[in-house]
Amino acid sequence: MTSIIWTWIAAFFTLAILSFLYKDNPLYKFAEHVYVGSSAAFTILYVWVFDAYPKLVMGFREKVGMQKYLLIIPLILSLFIILRFIKPLSWLSRWSIAFTVGMAAGLGITGLTQGFLVPQVQASFLPLFVQGPTTGQTILLTFNNIIIVFGTIFTILYFYFSREHKGLLGVSSKIGVTILMITFGASFGYTIMARISLLIQRVYFLLHNWLGLV
Amino acid sequence: MIELLKKLAGIDRRFIYAAVFLATAIPILTKATMKVEPLPEVRKAYEYIESLPESSVVMVSIDYDAASMPELQPMLEAFLHHSFSKNLRVIMLGHWPLGLPLGQQALEKVAGQYNKEYGVDYVFLGYRPGVAAVIINLGKDFRTVFSSDYAYTPIDSLPLMREVSNYKNVKLLLGLEAGAVGDAWVQYGYARYNLPIILGSTAVSTPDYYPYMQANQVISVIGGLRGAADYETLLGITGEASIGMLPQSVIHLVIIAFIIIGNIGFLVLRRAKK
Repeated sequence: MTSIIWTWIAAFFTLAILSFLYKDNPLYKFAEHVYVGSSAAFTILYVWVFDAYPKLVMGFREKVGMQKYLLIIPLILSLFIILRFIKPLSWLSRWSIAFTVGMAAGLGITGLTQGFLVPQVQASFLPLFVQGPTTGQTILLTFNNIIIVFGTIFTILYFYFSREHKGLLGVSSKIGVTILMITFGASFGYTIMARISLLIQRVYFLLHNWLGLV
Repeated sequence: MIELLKKLAGIDRRFIYAAVFLATAIPILTKATMKVEPLPEVRKAYEYIESLPESSVVMVSIDYDAASMPELQPMLEAFLHHSFSKNLRVIMLGHWPLGLPLGQQALEKVAGQYNKEYGVDYVFLGYRPGVAAVIINLGKDFRTVFSSDYAYTPIDSLPLMREVSNYKNVKLLLGLEAGAVGDAWVQYGYARYNLPIILGSTAVSTPDYYPYMQANQVISVIGGLRGAADYETLLGITGEASIGMLPQSVIHLVIIAFIIIGNIGFLVLRRAKK
């Protein structure tokens, strides 16, 4: 019985959201507000249950010595963030933000260099001729490598703005922008595929779980 | 002809929505399925999991929520079927709070089908905020991040977790990605600790993850509903992803037809104006 009620509720919200395709209406607004409200409440609850309570509250109870006193630092930084809502003391929230920004910047720089820039540059150093097991494979593998190597070079040249894009640089940057357009096209195709997948699942839910037609 | 094109150019967008809806609903109502030939990258992911020895520990990261459920939930369920049928042990955690209940739901459902025991065959750790910091610290010691599981059970009281101290004890991470957390797994988990990673991603994120595969930073990428359907095919399952393949193909054809008609109409009307 409970499952039937939840299926009807889910069907109602699905139809309410889809009704926006016809035009904006109160049902859509209602579903949207319920979604935003419940998501925010759920996230707050999750952060409390899975982070603040086990790491801080239980930490104060269970940890001993220095480990326990170290917890005062995140507690103070958390309180400072909340002080943002009290105008005379809101400046204190900058300390917490500075800590977060500093940490994120540090992690970001090392992560991007070590985990993205260097490996990706290494991966673009490829031989321009690859001997495959068959002639067809040789052509295909060689062609792939040529696209990767020259595609990378031409795309980077498109973003070289210190000289006017004329002559050889102009031709290279035109090839670069063409490669970018192909990339955007592929991404857009994937995006359509993703959105359609969502529609299929919702329609399947309505026809299968709700109406029992399939 | 020009009059018809003019009419088409001014067509109410709701007719297009209706056409797309019908193109989705009719193939579903026919209950017909469509055979897919698995993509090489999905086959590679499948073969890697196949090659893992029994009792290996694999990790799943739930980095999506309900908005990406249609693509990633079938992928998760297929992976859990694959893992439990091979007697692999599963640790689940996640970086998207709203998605974790979806992960837990699938974990309990599939584990139940294989009579797997909580704490011995699978563990649900839950959520900690801080993505990069969480990933880095898990590589040092799981206990620095998760001293207990989602129900506050100390992880050292769980037999599975007693054997796991850091990524050295984990044979694979499957990251189910709807955003940028996959980048963090590669940039910190793989780059710092050589954690073997397969990324299962929404179709929107898939083009961003292919470069990692080309650079051998991840084992493979399973992309979108098509990737999930490929994985189901390799496992011999007809799940929601496989059911979705026929409507997806029909809608794609409808959209391609709209794009062609739209462009022809645009060009003809522009010429007529001149």
